[in-house]
Amino acid sequence: MSGFPYFPHTDGDIRLMLERIGVKSLDELYSDVPSDFIFKGEYDLPDAMSEQEVRDYFESLASRNPKLKVFAGAGAYDHYTPAVIHYLTQRSEFLTAYTPYQCEISQGTLRYVFEYQSMICELTGMDVSNASMYDGPTSAAEAMRMCVAASRGRNTVLVSKGLLPQVLSVIRTYALYSGTCIKEIECRNGHTSYESLKALVAEGDVAGAVVPSLNRYGIIEDLSGFADTLHADKALMVEYCDPSALAVLRTPSEWGADIAVGDGQSLGIPLCYGGPYVGFMACRNEYLRKLPGRIVGETRDKEGRRAFVLTLQAREQHIRREKATSNICSNESLMALWVTVYMSLMGPQGLREVNEASSAGAHYLYDRLLATGRFEPVFDAPFLKEFVLKPLLPAKELHDRLCDAGFFAALETEEGYVSFCVTEKRTKAEIDALVKAIEEIRL
Amino acid sequence: MRYYDKLIFELSKSGRCGYSLPEAFAQAPAVPSSLCRQSALNLPEVSETDVVRHYTNLSQMNFGVDTGFYPLGSCTMKYNPKINEEIAGMQAFQDIHPLQRCDSIQGVLEVYYEMEKALSSITGMERFTFAPCAGAHGELTGLMIMRRYHMLRGDSSRVKVIVPDSAHGTNPASAAVCGLQIVEVKSDDRGLVDVDALKPLLGPDIAGIMMTNPNTLGLFEREIKEIAGLVHGCGGLLYYDGANMNPLLGVVRPGDMGFDIMHLNLHKTFSTPHGGGGPGSGPVGVCRKLANLLPVPKVTEKDGRFSVVDGFSNHVCGDAAVPEETVGQVSGFMGNFSVILRAYTYILMLGRQNIKMAGKLATLGANYVKESLKDCYRLPIEAVCKHEFVFDGLKDDGSSTGKPGATTLDVAKRLLDFGYHAPTIYFPLLFHQAIMIEPTETESKETLDAFIDVMKKIAREAAADPDILHTAPHDAPISRPDETEAARHPVVKFQDESRII
Repeated sequence: MSGFPYFPHTDGDIRLMLERIGVKSLDELYSDVPSDFIFKGEYDLPDAMSEQEVRDYFESLASRNPKLKVFAGAGAYDHYTPAVIHYLTQRSEFLTAYTPYQCEISQGTLRYVFEYQSMICELTGMDVSNASMYDGPTSAAEAMRMCVAASRGRNTVLVSKGLLPQVLSVIRTYALYSGTCIKEIECRNGHTSYESLKALVAEGDVAGAVVPSLNRYGIIEDLSGFADTLHADKALMVEYCDPSALAVLRTPSEWGADIAVGDGQSLGIPLCYGGPYVGFMACRNEYLRKLPGRIVGETRDKEGRRAFVLTLQAREQHIRREKATSNICSNESLMALWVTVYMSLMGPQGLREVNEASSAGAHYLYDRLLATGRFEPVFDAPFLKEFVLKPLLPAKELHDRLCDAGFFAALETEEGYVSFCVTEKRTKAEIDALVKAIEEIRL
Repeated sequence: MRYYDKLIFELSKSGRCGYSLPEAFAQAPAVPSSLCRQSALNLPEVSETDVVRHYTNLSQMNFGVDTGFYPLGSCTMKYNPKINEEIAGMQAFQDIHPLQRCDSIQGVLEVYYEMEKALSSITGMERFTFAPCAGAHGELTGLMIMRRYHMLRGDSSRVKVIVPDSAHGTNPASAAVCGLQIVEVKSDDRGLVDVDALKPLLGPDIAGIMMTNPNTLGLFEREIKEIAGLVHGCGGLLYYDGANMNPLLGVVRPGDMGFDIMHLNLHKTFSTPHGGGGPGSGPVGVCRKLANLLPVPKVTEKDGRFSVVDGFSNHVCGDAAVPEETVGQVSGFMGNFSVILRAYTYILMLGRQNIKMAGKLATLGANYVKESLKDCYRLPIEAVCKHEFVFDGLKDDGSSTGKPGATTLDVAKRLLDFGYHAPTIYFPLLFHQAIMIEPTETESKETLDAFIDVMKKIAREAAADPDILHTAPHDAPISRPDETEAARHPVVKFQDESRII
């Protein structure tokens, strides 16, 4: 056999191995497969490439993606990534390990997951966190399922129209197949409407409500009264949050939420065309045994040493099968390590500075954009790094021209507004250049 | 491996910092105090050196494929090529926002398009989606497609899915999340789906069957043609759990066996790293009649230009309409792009020449280990296996010495002492002392021979003195933690005792 770097077998090895098994050829190992299922055609694949050819090919693909300065968010935020993170998450003991079933040789994974859970609890103010979910939208969908499971018999979950479109969309998909009824809480003046929530709760059958902390317009929501109204009806409150912003914003716990979910991407995970990111999910102690996914707990080994294990596995699919709290198995462990290292490096002060710098840049851009005379304000409400404006020129045209000028900005919303986002990565010179590009648009 | 006992919180000292941010050029307006965080944020304050040393120390208590042989059954722990990492880490891919306009991401969309073509060819399916982020997520998506198919035909009575008793635990769990009821079909004494037991289960309430082939005993379901005919005949669909696709890679295509829907685990069959439990990727493939049911967003091609179809007006991208039949959206964007990049890199390296050997060499390794060890370990079903096989414990567990016999757990823990990861244990549930071994095609004869020798040595130890196994592992950083206590009194986050008092 000609050499291929991932197959270590020589012809002699194969011969000796076949002899031990007692068959004459590799094909004979498939004698139990009906012969019409053995694929005899040619796979429609390219010829095998050498490493250098692979590199050249991807270089050519990459060159077809012009680099844009990112001035939009909508669920994926261009925050700074410290150099340390990529280096540590590439350590092959982390990268090439499986789920930590053999705890004795997985203490590295188990410890960082424990740290991750602790940090998510710190950010959200919740009592317990799981070891991660796929992404923000799927963790919101799992929270919807958790509300129904905890309610014992109710089957309606309320969702704010202020949630990101992809979050609403994934919740709807999961709800359709699990037979859950979804009702939308209206937005008024850019905020999730408390009156709308009350009216829907009064209709009955409400297991819980999913509301955003920072909503799709970038507005910081005031959730006063939400938890009381829901709890008075024995319904749960789920808050969808941007974890980076929780360093400065009122926490889900402080708003009275029972479950906090969201996407950890804003904690220094690169945009990477949408993934991998990491969903997080944390809750109050009462709901610990309803949490989906892995949970790491602390214990002692037989010598009395502090040790970490996967715990409460009686909730999980490999034990409970169809009675499990969820089907989730693999999650996004390495990305949980990513955000754990990020939070370790940034600490409370670094996260605060990230928010302050992003907010300062966003407000500077907001004022400069209004000054161009090409936008009108939409909402008069506090925001952090993201906001919407009403464009006085066609939104699609605006977005396209900016894209041609090297900016990913002015993302059109369903209402015809355009949304902008500024992170601490954007310099004053870059913001000024964006504004200049907008001023120069001639239609 | 050396025991290291710190948590990052315990290295914290007020005033230390591990980041470097530019000076702010403007002052942000204050957030109204009613909207501000009230409580302190107790994240660690540590230097960059602290962070690097701490996580390096943690990593040294971990075992990966790069550390040593990892014969974990059903997990396909093959070598993770490094060129995959290099390509996935390219800055030009890392910096792309998921909602960018199509003409600024043609290179990205080509990856999706070419991957879809490659996977379709490898599996014999018509179209693929890359939205699912893991195997179980793929199963759920695939079952949504199954349900949607029946819903669209106005057939609301099909609410049951048949799952073999040997199935992966995710199968019944995914079906339950999808609102389906589970009907279990027994295995016969050959370890295969019992076709006679299947027949009476089929009827107008059956949405379909979920199977993995080869099954979790590593045995090829040779009656698959008959099973497909029966299930299709009753109006149901066949779902293929691609967790066990590796021995078929380059040999047999699920689409040719009659499967209508399937998922692949790119982190198994296509060499992407498991990452200690993700990120994975669970693309779902479907036959032609189900193509319009795939989730959105998805990539389309016309005259060499790629665009994205989704349901949002704010996604300034393609112009093709979303098919009404779609199951909807199952994840935030387009799945785990950098995992897809890794798998695509692997497929390009394999090419159409090498792919034909991948499955065969995986099957060769498994049969070689099985034949070499069946004198010491109980082999419940004597047959040619595929990528993996299952022993039912030791032939001689040492209980004749008067001591308690060595169990499968003991064998697993003893293996750690010899520098191996343990096989999958106590699964499948068909055997009480199951030991499930999957060597993969990337392990050499020498590696397998050394493993075989150790397994034989452990069997001899068990027969002579099972206590050697009961007390294992002896050389790991910790040994046999108290899992019962962990579950009874869960401690699931760091508690700084100095702060609590």
